[in-house]
Order: sequence, then structure tokens, then C-alpha cells
Amino acid sequence: MDPLVLKKLNQARNDRKACVLVTNLDDGRDRLVLEGHLVEGELGAAITKALLTGKSSAVQIGETEFFLNAHLPPPRIVVIGAVHITQAMAPIAKMAGYDLEVIDPRTAFATPERFEGTNIHAEWPDEVLKEHPLDAYCALAAVTHDPKIDDFPIAQALRHNCFYVGALGSRKTHAKRVERLLADGITQDQIDRIKAPIGLDIGAASPQEIAVAVMAETIEAFRKRGLNSI
Amino acid sequence: MSKQAKLDDELMIAEAWMKSGKEVAIATVVSTWGSAPRPSGSHLVIDEDGNFEGSVSGGCVEGAVVAEAMDVLASGEPKMLEFGVADETAFEVGLSCGGNIRIYVERLG
Repeated sequence: MDPLVLKKLNQARNDRKACVLVTNLDDGRDRLVLEGHLVEGELGAAITKALLTGKSSAVQIGETEFFLNAHLPPPRIVVIGAVHITQAMAPIAKMAGYDLEVIDPRTAFATPERFEGTNIHAEWPDEVLKEHPLDAYCALAAVTHDPKIDDFPIAQALRHNCFYVGALGSRKTHAKRVERLLADGITQDQIDRIKAPIGLDIGAASPQEIAVAVMAETIEAFRKRGLNSI
Repeated sequence: MSKQAKLDDELMIAEAWMKSGKEVAIATVVSTWGSAPRPSGSHLVIDEDGNFEGSVSGGCVEGAVVAEAMDVLASGEPKMLEFGVADETAFEVGLSCGGNIRIYVERLG
């Protein structure tokens, strides 16, 4: 392996950038393809598939065998609001293999007792997201109902192209939110990506059922996501 | 998280070893059949003294891979290794889990 390629690969992984290490198994040469960098032809199609599925495999292209090692950042779910729905989402996310963290500046909600074993920040979203910025491998669910808390992270999620952006609230609440986001410079195309009402339409009634609907919608968004290049 | 603690895995270790001036070999599982314990893409990294980190089989063939890595470090030529239950050598080194794996071993640099 080329030492420079290893350095680039480790850098990309540390920066949470998706990439594929392409090794020509016949002559040992390798190169790194970052998500968004288009590669032509049959090899390009195989690289796209590796990025979408996250699965590494050997592929035969013409006379040459290549190994495609896919490195995808682990998907991260950020929930704004340490509410009853969130308490039910945490164990579901864990079971399904997603990292989930909770942000809520209201210290009465964001307590370790209510969220045992969950990464929880009792701070304002702007403070937490400055330290841990959102990216294309993040999902954001805003469930406080409070514009003071929800609006900023929703706008950030849209600007950073999170694979899922969901917001709790009635259609009336959402219409007002859309007005505020438009005024904040968010485009209509970006706004159309917000899932509101939040969660798959399964007629969820209780907080626990809403948690199932939101997690299902998040998983669907991740598994059916497009690549940034497309 | 992008600003979380730095990754600490075998590829980071390989880079650290390289920076400290060591010769390093990287072994990668490139295909598996049956009940192979480690998926394609898994790594074992080996330094010139035979120290290793990571795993390519959950302990069954690591010893053999480390030995082959010494040859690869000496020659600079990458090697493709195959282990399976049908293979006499593989059985000797202990891939008794019923799987079959192909491992690519290359020198870093």
C-alpha cells in the first residue's frame, strides 16, 4: 500500500468522510476514492455500490481483480429534546446499531437518570453542534416543539445535508416553522426535505409508538439515501 | 462525530508504526465463503518484529499470516493467501470453523 494513500484514508475516516480504498490485486497499486468523486465505467458503478451498501468486496473488471474496501462513517442520530419519545428512541436505536445522542438545554429533562447509558448534552444545540458538527451521515430529529431550541439545529441539519431531518409538530406549527426557516435563508428545496409530521405514518398514538415511527423513518432514509455526487 | 476522540484501530496503528520508522505489512480479508468469522475488509497489521494488531479470522490463521508477512516485508511483493477447511495447511493452522477466506498481504511503502 502506498503510505500516502494510507494517510489520506485515515484522514478521511477521522473527518467522517465516506470513501473506498481501491486496490488492484494484480499489481498491488491502490488509490482512494472519496464520496462525490466520480469514477467512470464498470469500476465506478462497483464503487458507487460499495458506498451505498458499505460492503467491501473483490470485483472482477475485465482482466483485472480489484478489492474495494468501503469505509463509511457510523451513522449518528441527534435528537433535540430529552422528552418521552426520546426515552423510547434511545433503546431502539441501540438495538438497531445506530449511535444516538440527545441535546436539550432544559436540565430538568436532560438528566442521566432519565437517559441511562445514552450520550446526553444538557446544553443549547448551538454549543454542542459547534463542537460536534452535523454531516451527511447524521440524522436530526427535533422533538421539543420549542422554536427557540428546535429551529437552529433544523437549519444546521439542512445546511449540512443530514440524511434525515424530522421535526415534531402539527401542520400549523410546521407552517410557522417554514416561514421562519425561509426568513433565515433556507431554500424551499431544503425545506421540502424536512419530515413533518415526523415519523412514518403508522397511526402512532403513544410516545413509544411515535419513537418506532421516527426510528423506522430514519432507517429508511439511511438505507435509501442517495450519494452526495448524485 | 467529527471532533470526537481520534480513531484507534489497526489502520491508525499502521500509520503510527510507519511514522516511527518501522517496516509494516497490511493483511486484508478480500473474500470469504461459509462461516468465516471476520468480514471482507478486516485487517491485520504486522511490524518487522512480528508484532500484530487487528484480526482476519478471529484467531484461526493469524500465526500463518504473520509468518507470510515477514516474507512480504523482505521481498516487497504482495501475496494472496487462501485458507479453508479443504486445505491441508489451513487445517494445520486451525481454520476449523468451516469457513474459507482469501487474505491479501502487502507491504506498506
